[in-house]
Amino acid sequence: MYALPLLSLSIWIPIGFGLLVLASGNERNAGFVRILALVGALLGFLVTLPIYDGFSVATHGFQYVEEREWIDTFNSSYHLGVDGISLLLVLLNSFTTVIVVIAGWEVIQKRVSQYMAAFLILSGLLNGVFCSLDGLLFYVFFEATLIPMFIIIGVWGGPNRVYASVKFFLYTLLGSLLSLVALMYLYFAAGNSFSLQDIYDTPLALGPQIFIFLAFFMAFAVKVPMWPVHTWLPDAHVEAPTGGSVVLAAIMLKLGGYGFLRLSLQIVPDASHALSGMMIFLSLVAVVYIGLVALVQTDMKKLIAYSSISHMGFVTLGLFLFNAQGLEGSVLQMISHGFVSGALFLCVGVLYDRMHSRQIADYGGVVNSMPVFATFFMLFAMANAGLPGTSGFVGEFIVIMGAMQANFWYAFAAATSLIFGAAYTLWMYKRVVFGAVANEHVAQLKDINLREFLILGLLAVAVLLMGLWPNPFAELIHTSVTDLLAHVMHSKLPMP
Amino acid sequence: MSPLTNMTAMQKLYLIVPMAPLVGAMIAGLAGWALSRRAAHVVTIFFMLVCLGGSIAVFWDVMQGHGFNGNLYTWMSSGNVNFVVGFLIDPLSATMMMVVSFVSLMVHIYTIGYMHEDPGYKRFFSYISLFTFAMLMLVMSNNFLQLFFGWEAVGLVSYLLIGFWYTRPTAIYANLKAFLVNRVGDFGFLLGIALIFMYFGTLDYINVFSHAKTLSGNTIEIIPGLTWSLMSVICILLFIGAMGKSAQFPLHVWLPDSMEGPTPISALIHAATMVTAGIFMVARMSPLFELSDTALSFVMVIGAITAFFMALIATVQYDIKRVVAYSTLSQLGYMTMALGASAYSAAVFHLFTHAFFKAVLFLGAGSVIMAMHHEQDMRKMGGLAKYLPITYVTMFIAAIANAGLPPFAGFFSKDTIIEALKVSTLPVSGLAYTLALGGVLAGGFYSFRIIFYAFHGKERFADPQDPAVLACEAERAHDEAHAAAHGHDEDHGHGHSNKPHESPWVVCLPLILLAIPAIASGWVIGQFVFGDYFSDSIYVDHRHPALEILKEEFHGVIPMIVGAFTALPFWLAITGGGIAYYLYILRPDLPAVWRARWGIVVTVLMEKYGLDRFNQWFFAGGARCLGQAFWRGGDVLLIDGLLVNGSARVVGWFSRFVRRFQSGYIYNYAFAMLFGIVVLLSITLWTLLP
Repeated sequence: MYALPLLSLSIWIPIGFGLLVLASGNERNAGFVRILALVGALLGFLVTLPIYDGFSVATHGFQYVEEREWIDTFNSSYHLGVDGISLLLVLLNSFTTVIVVIAGWEVIQKRVSQYMAAFLILSGLLNGVFCSLDGLLFYVFFEATLIPMFIIIGVWGGPNRVYASVKFFLYTLLGSLLSLVALMYLYFAAGNSFSLQDIYDTPLALGPQIFIFLAFFMAFAVKVPMWPVHTWLPDAHVEAPTGGSVVLAAIMLKLGGYGFLRLSLQIVPDASHALSGMMIFLSLVAVVYIGLVALVQTDMKKLIAYSSISHMGFVTLGLFLFNAQGLEGSVLQMISHGFVSGALFLCVGVLYDRMHSRQIADYGGVVNSMPVFATFFMLFAMANAGLPGTSGFVGEFIVIMGAMQANFWYAFAAATSLIFGAAYTLWMYKRVVFGAVANEHVAQLKDINLREFLILGLLAVAVLLMGLWPNPFAELIHTSVTDLLAHVMHSKLPMP
Repeated sequence: MSPLTNMTAMQKLYLIVPMAPLVGAMIAGLAGWALSRRAAHVVTIFFMLVCLGGSIAVFWDVMQGHGFNGNLYTWMSSGNVNFVVGFLIDPLSATMMMVVSFVSLMVHIYTIGYMHEDPGYKRFFSYISLFTFAMLMLVMSNNFLQLFFGWEAVGLVSYLLIGFWYTRPTAIYANLKAFLVNRVGDFGFLLGIALIFMYFGTLDYINVFSHAKTLSGNTIEIIPGLTWSLMSVICILLFIGAMGKSAQFPLHVWLPDSMEGPTPISALIHAATMVTAGIFMVARMSPLFELSDTALSFVMVIGAITAFFMALIATVQYDIKRVVAYSTLSQLGYMTMALGASAYSAAVFHLFTHAFFKAVLFLGAGSVIMAMHHEQDMRKMGGLAKYLPITYVTMFIAAIANAGLPPFAGFFSKDTIIEALKVSTLPVSGLAYTLALGGVLAGGFYSFRIIFYAFHGKERFADPQDPAVLACEAERAHDEAHAAAHGHDEDHGHGHSNKPHESPWVVCLPLILLAIPAIASGWVIGQFVFGDYFSDSIYVDHRHPALEILKEEFHGVIPMIVGAFTALPFWLAITGGGIAYYLYILRPDLPAVWRARWGIVVTVLMEKYGLDRFNQWFFAGGARCLGQAFWRGGDVLLIDGLLVNGSARVVGWFSRFVRRFQSGYIYNYAFAMLFGIVVLLSITLWTLLP
């Protein structure tokens, strides 16, 4: 075991560097600021590697647990720990931070230090959410992540950024306020404790469970986002700068899925069972309805945003099937979606940086002037369409296997994404990349440079690795999923 | 998991066979920028030779009675189930390995000649090697997951290759269509796999097959109130996958359009190997299909429809590649019918012989197209035999084999299928038999039509005033007026001053090497179909004795050939060929007259029964309509307009209303107070008074 408080480091190194970047930045030293930010991001990623290395896949419960006094008045403590699921998300987040820092390298020329600082701080806060074992701490991190993202969209966003960022903020804030009420109820029910373990162990009658479930639902369903509270996402994505979209899609949406599995499923298992029909229905609506909506989008970013919602439908579907395949598939889908949607937003960013348009109609025949880019884009498009051998297949396949065990029609509806996913992704690819050169702007496009090659290459390796050999990822979460499943199947209703 | 060091020499060989083309593909694809064109084809062909050598060695080993079933690595484990990548080596997979690697090698060599001017030369070699890898993984798999992997991977490469000339609108339309139609099939296939996983708890072939019988009595209630046999549901779902990949009606629509790809891949992927994956899959699943007569009947009917109606379309097409494409569809229909009749080995046998003669037809067509400077319309050919002697002879051989005339390869396999349909006990076998015979008549006609129309008669390419050439030009002008896009090479249509000439040796050599098995590969029928060749890899239930009956009647190759002369299929094929001879050699003026007289029928066939239009309108248009409705009506209007921005507006209205009370005038507040007191007092008094 490592003596260093590694989890705290994974949270506070990025935040510390973020503050440092913010303090040292001015109008003239953009170059220095970028390097400092990259160092911070890399250190933040490197510090997660020993966590992975020392993590024992066979051990039940949480590892690397840290507990310090925090707010005595509320019996709330600074309590951290990871299981396999949160570890994967921490790794994904720290990896993605490195990518977005590099992705914003030359692209962002305005307020460089603030931009970089926002991403570093956001990265630390997100790690905080995934590591928190205390309800109040979780809530604080969870809410705090809103602020940097609000700023990222509002400052570096597109023309309609103010509407998008306010919509994003209000939507998610309204949802999460209810979860604070639920947490307060649980605090008293658990005998004045915010510790998640205490809350897990507290018996609850079905009535309160349902209310708590619905309160959490408001917070997490908005984040995922689930149909019908998803409409903030396309706007936020369209207006956000590329890096913002990447983090939003790759990590922030996972807060919703993670919230469901860490809080909803374990705190109110009986309500989760009682309302699973609704959850599955909404997830399947997301897969089918949103898949069709994605088909008719004319804006690339909007299309990928809708595709994100559709793919996140698999996450929530898997969580509420209550079988091992469903849960594992759900977690793997979260990770894969992080790689794939992040990569797709980066691809659109590469095009946007050159053409300053997101409209599909402005493109055509990009392959003629950008063959290397077209190859990467093809790989990620295929991953988005769930092609076996890419990470996009793994989660969907396992979730469909799990869904079939619950009900034929669940699997049927989920499997339609095989068709819709391919249709909207490849149709977009055809219109943007294939064909004869559409106009002189396309003819003058320059293929990706080394920096872009590096980030797309890293993600390509991740997508292929996870697609061809997902077992290292799956092994990490086996024990945690088994624990989780045991929790969910164990009724918390008080003994009569 | 078996580490590399513990493997026997044979097991290493199993690994080398699919890996060699993958290495070739990666070198030509990823390091292509550092290679010359020559280096790219030398490298990929070298690895294909390794692959073919390995396949032959494996085949020889399997013939000695050895086999293998083992896992390579655990892809992932979930719950307590392991999903693995592994190999099952038995006569069935060994046969497929031979066919795939042999045809693939031939196509690699042919490509040197066919693509030598193409700027995407190295990319093309990379793709076809990658395809070979994926196809081998598919046929060598020992479980459903890896089958699905290979299944989708060959689909990917097919997508990339149909759209190889990515600047052509028709090509990128065709490849998207191919991928999506295949995905519809895969949708069913995946559900079938999920059902298997649910009931068997494993995706390993041998485990599933050995438990299949115990589950044969199970029923499943998918629609409340309707109980279906589990096996029927599973098999039909799996077969839907085969319908996509093996282009069976009504999922066949992608295959004719796939002709937009370069001709070598039409031969390799869309005739010899990938499209037969569905046939192979059903043969592999014989222990499951044998348990459901419903599924077998379904398979047979679909096959019969495909075999007959696609052959009819082939009789009227002018594009030489499209004729061969519809002929492929029809032949795939025969294979599918054979599966339905439980004559699995006959289906695989037809797959085997068809791979050779259809590859010759396609590669020959490619040779003609090259000689004609990328002209594909037969109306502008004619009399090519003396300019392209090798192409002519090899294609003639393949056409005879395709028509199913003895003693060429196609005869043995096709005839066995037709006989199997005759003796099949399934209720739909009568219909299938009739359609199969109709297909033979049409098959005889279209096979010989290619030869007589393109290689004999007047040299129409030399005469721009020939009525057929004029009709072709008029049609093209009409098409181009309607759609700016057109599917042919840009350099067609100029009167060619130079005479067509025979293709280079790299093109002719594969033709000759493939023509040999197109003649001779049928003679092994005694061992292949009626012998113990497949041993345990194909299972036939005693309730489906079609092949058993034929086996008793089979007394060797020569008696079979002799017997054919007194049988109906032979004379039907001869009649078809005779009509072609009459129409295109004796009375070349007649086809135009007949076409005019049978206008409606010809239009229906040229329109491919209207399926393309229907799909375009109903499915593609319908999905877009629904998408628009959900987006504009659901997201924009209802959720965002009414609920989200609506609630913001309600808050706005409410505050505007409430603001009126905060007027700042004392008398307003005083009046409100007075009014309030009156109301409160009245309520109090009202409630206090009895």
